[in-house]
Amino acid sequence: MAHSYTPGLKVLKKTLFKKERILPLKGKVLVKKGDKVTPDTIVASTNLPGNVQMLKVNNLLNIEPQDVKNCLKVKEGDVVKKGDLVAETAGIFGMFKSSVESPVDGTIESISDTTGRVVVREAPVPVEIDAYVQGQIEEIISEEGIVLTSNAAFIQGIFGIAGEKRGKIKILVSNPEDEITEEMISADLKGKIVVGGSFISLAAYKKAINLKVAGVVVGGFNYFDLKAVLGYNLGVAITGTEDLATALIVTEGYGSIPMSNATFSLLQTYDGQEASVNGATQIRAGVIRPEIVIPLSEDSSNLSDVNKEPEGIKEGSLVRVIRAPYFGRLGTVSSLPSELHKMESETMVRVANILLKKTKDLKEEEILIPRANLEMVELE
Amino acid sequence: MKKIKSILATDCGSTTTKAILIEWKDDRYRLTFRGEAPTTVEAPFEDVTKGVLNAVMEVEELSGRKILKEGKIITPDSGVEGVDIYVSTSSAGGGLQMMVAGVVKSMSGESAERAALGAGSIVMDVLASNDGRLAHEKITRIRQLRPDMILLSGGTDGGTTTHVTELAEILAAANPRPRLGQNYKLPVIYAGNNKAQDAIQETLGEISDLDIVDNIRPILEKENLEPSRDKIHDLFMEHVMAQAPGYKKLMSWTDAPIMPTPGAVGSLIEMIAKKENISVVGVDIGGATTDIFSVFQGKFNRTVSANLGMSYSICNVLAESGLDNVLRWVPFDIDRSELTNRIGNKMIRPTTVPQSLEELVIEQAIAREALRLSFIQHKEFATSLKGVQSERTISDAFEQSASGQSLVNMMELDLLVGSGGVLSHAPRRQQSARMLIDAFMPEGITQLAVDSIFMMPQLGVLANIEKDDLKDEASQAALEVFDNDCLIRLGTCVAPVGSIKAGQLMAEITLNFQDGKTEVIQIKEGDLKLIEHPYEEVKVSIKPSRGIDVGAGKGEAIESSIYGGVVGLIFDGRNRPITLSKTPVERIESLSKWSNAVDEYPKGDLL
Repeated sequence: MAHSYTPGLKVLKKTLFKKERILPLKGKVLVKKGDKVTPDTIVASTNLPGNVQMLKVNNLLNIEPQDVKNCLKVKEGDVVKKGDLVAETAGIFGMFKSSVESPVDGTIESISDTTGRVVVREAPVPVEIDAYVQGQIEEIISEEGIVLTSNAAFIQGIFGIAGEKRGKIKILVSNPEDEITEEMISADLKGKIVVGGSFISLAAYKKAINLKVAGVVVGGFNYFDLKAVLGYNLGVAITGTEDLATALIVTEGYGSIPMSNATFSLLQTYDGQEASVNGATQIRAGVIRPEIVIPLSEDSSNLSDVNKEPEGIKEGSLVRVIRAPYFGRLGTVSSLPSELHKMESETMVRVANILLKKTKDLKEEEILIPRANLEMVELE
Repeated sequence: MKKIKSILATDCGSTTTKAILIEWKDDRYRLTFRGEAPTTVEAPFEDVTKGVLNAVMEVEELSGRKILKEGKIITPDSGVEGVDIYVSTSSAGGGLQMMVAGVVKSMSGESAERAALGAGSIVMDVLASNDGRLAHEKITRIRQLRPDMILLSGGTDGGTTTHVTELAEILAAANPRPRLGQNYKLPVIYAGNNKAQDAIQETLGEISDLDIVDNIRPILEKENLEPSRDKIHDLFMEHVMAQAPGYKKLMSWTDAPIMPTPGAVGSLIEMIAKKENISVVGVDIGGATTDIFSVFQGKFNRTVSANLGMSYSICNVLAESGLDNVLRWVPFDIDRSELTNRIGNKMIRPTTVPQSLEELVIEQAIAREALRLSFIQHKEFATSLKGVQSERTISDAFEQSASGQSLVNMMELDLLVGSGGVLSHAPRRQQSARMLIDAFMPEGITQLAVDSIFMMPQLGVLANIEKDDLKDEASQAALEVFDNDCLIRLGTCVAPVGSIKAGQLMAEITLNFQDGKTEVIQIKEGDLKLIEHPYEEVKVSIKPSRGIDVGAGKGEAIESSIYGGVVGLIFDGRNRPITLSKTPVERIESLSKWSNAVDEYPKGDLL
């Protein structure tokens, strides 16, 4: 039977979720292989080199760079406090002295004869990494971090903003075609991960941010509303560092698009349960998708593989159209002709014959769609 | 007898590895077969050579020629199997990412940027003593970026050493770490004031892998990019590539060093401009970035617009040009919020293709803006040296803008080459020609072409083979294949320019075809006309109206030879810059008229 490879987003009921937690610089790993961890367990820590203050001693004392060393009151490696004397001129008969004081607490890192600069390094900045999800330490990467595993339900979104958050899941709508409205967002949702259907308006999302809701998982969002949230036009889909109280995870795309049934019903099953989410997205080589991880019991039967390559589209596959003019519609593949077809745009492409499902406003119809414009809806 | 009878060349891109086979046939080098396969740098394969072997296997199957034996390339060509030369380029794993530093941003900073770009790298940031950032801000930035390599320049030879040493101190304080691999020192190239070399060695020698080369600006009036460019290529091979999975093996197979893809394209364009003594602009518009290469007055420049592209960066084109500038090229009404969501969806699902004509027209409208913006950036960068003293009279003694003029002169441009999906795979070649003309706005007589399968990288590395016994034939092969197989000649654009009222005569053109036929056409302001004609010489004499220039000066007649192509001869009377009416009805009428004139889109309900 003909089939074609079309990547889909993962919606897995139960899988062995693996996560690397790596320090930005080498440091200390604080857990052992086999340890059980909660999302808040600190697994590794390190010290980032402190900020640097560069003192232009020659300018401040109005002398030549090569004369700086004669005026110094400190040497490389000395520990200084804010206000400590770093350099001082002899003055005239001990009067009219000029001096330079350290602007911060720190260590004298270097002194340059060429430029007359003294570098003061502030105290190291401690950095800690937590486990992010509940699980077990599977591997220690010496001085760098760990790999943990967790039996979990795992869902990928298509696009997200803001980084890691956690909280209890709260389903706000009764079916995936419903929108999250402003009225649905209330103060008791603080710290929760709320799940909606097809859409969240800018006003409702802003309210969620104000009320410190931990995350919003929804089918669609308007692209042009992102500017009001981020303060700039999002030019490329590389996100995760936004400083927002509420992570946003869009599962289907821009616009109002009902959340896929598979995603919605899986989230519904775990209403009230703890989950970890991450809005970080990178749509480039080395793709990163936003994710929702719901840790389950330790029973490791019936696991599906998170790294399993998605299956190709076959006759009978359930697919979603991911480009206009049929964007967002679901259908089943009725055939996969092997020859190239000419589209209305005159583009010659490989196509699939799709029986589009009936929706509230549109009737069932059979149509040719470029295979590149289809996404597999994985049913597990 | 030729020493080189067959050549295998690959380009390992970030998603696809492409292989081509070039053979000596009927007294010339021709491209005979090509194959491609997914690149295998990332997990689960993590070995670039697997993708190379797969692409070569496709060439084997198509050609029936045995090239591989036990997972290796057979050399030399025995007449029945193997190839004489194997070369490769690479942009896999994000290409070469550099940071450059110079004392004065517009002088040594810009020279360092030019050297890095010319070598085929992406420039992540340009640090300069006068860039307005405080030392600690620069340090934070260096730490965040994690480049593959740093190029440090500044100061003329024998001049003051303080500023460039200060920059080195900032680098030392930041103690940057390379992007790939935790266990090696970051390569730093110093190409500044020779008097400061000792101080630089003392400051950076310990913490980095320091290489010192000749000054990039030995005197203000001279730019010396070659030593830095060569060193970047060496370090790219030794450090960056050596960290990438499988490259050590690949490097042992090739007959010439692996070049960064854009570096190879640039060197080919430079070579062609030199050989033909012409001015060339080449553009490669990809999903994430747009590269522009130019040679004007013998000077080569390359720019990368890192966030202007047709899929990953499509929303950035929208953000930078504004929705109105995109919509001005669309000959129908469309709901604005619906359109921005559609473009957003292309960004997050980058591999989709336009099914409907409406989608195609919108995509090509965005391409025009992406190309236009990239070219503006290119024109601003491709300038004569800044900070150079020139003789002035007392009246312009206070005028500081005499140096740093753009080298890009559209009237001088002879050949415009496009490549990248939206240009190479447009359903009609007329669409590619229109996108190139609307975005670049060539003036006078300009030949248009597309590189349909983006073969320029492989030809570029081939043209750069340095082995004495092979280099002449290798560069002959590169140039012959470029002429015969690489370019699809679209035709020639003839565009008179000058101030004139709408609808008035701009030029009268007499065309003398090879079959003896003659045709006279008149171009009025606002006209766009097409004469279909294949890639054959046509003698033209052009008589511009008063105040109108077609290359010889205002009102000056010109005699020349022009060539047709798969589209033909295009006569463009739309004055420069091309302006569109603010009134929707008039704008749509003009767009439809121009579209119909060149048979750009299929006729239907939409257009």
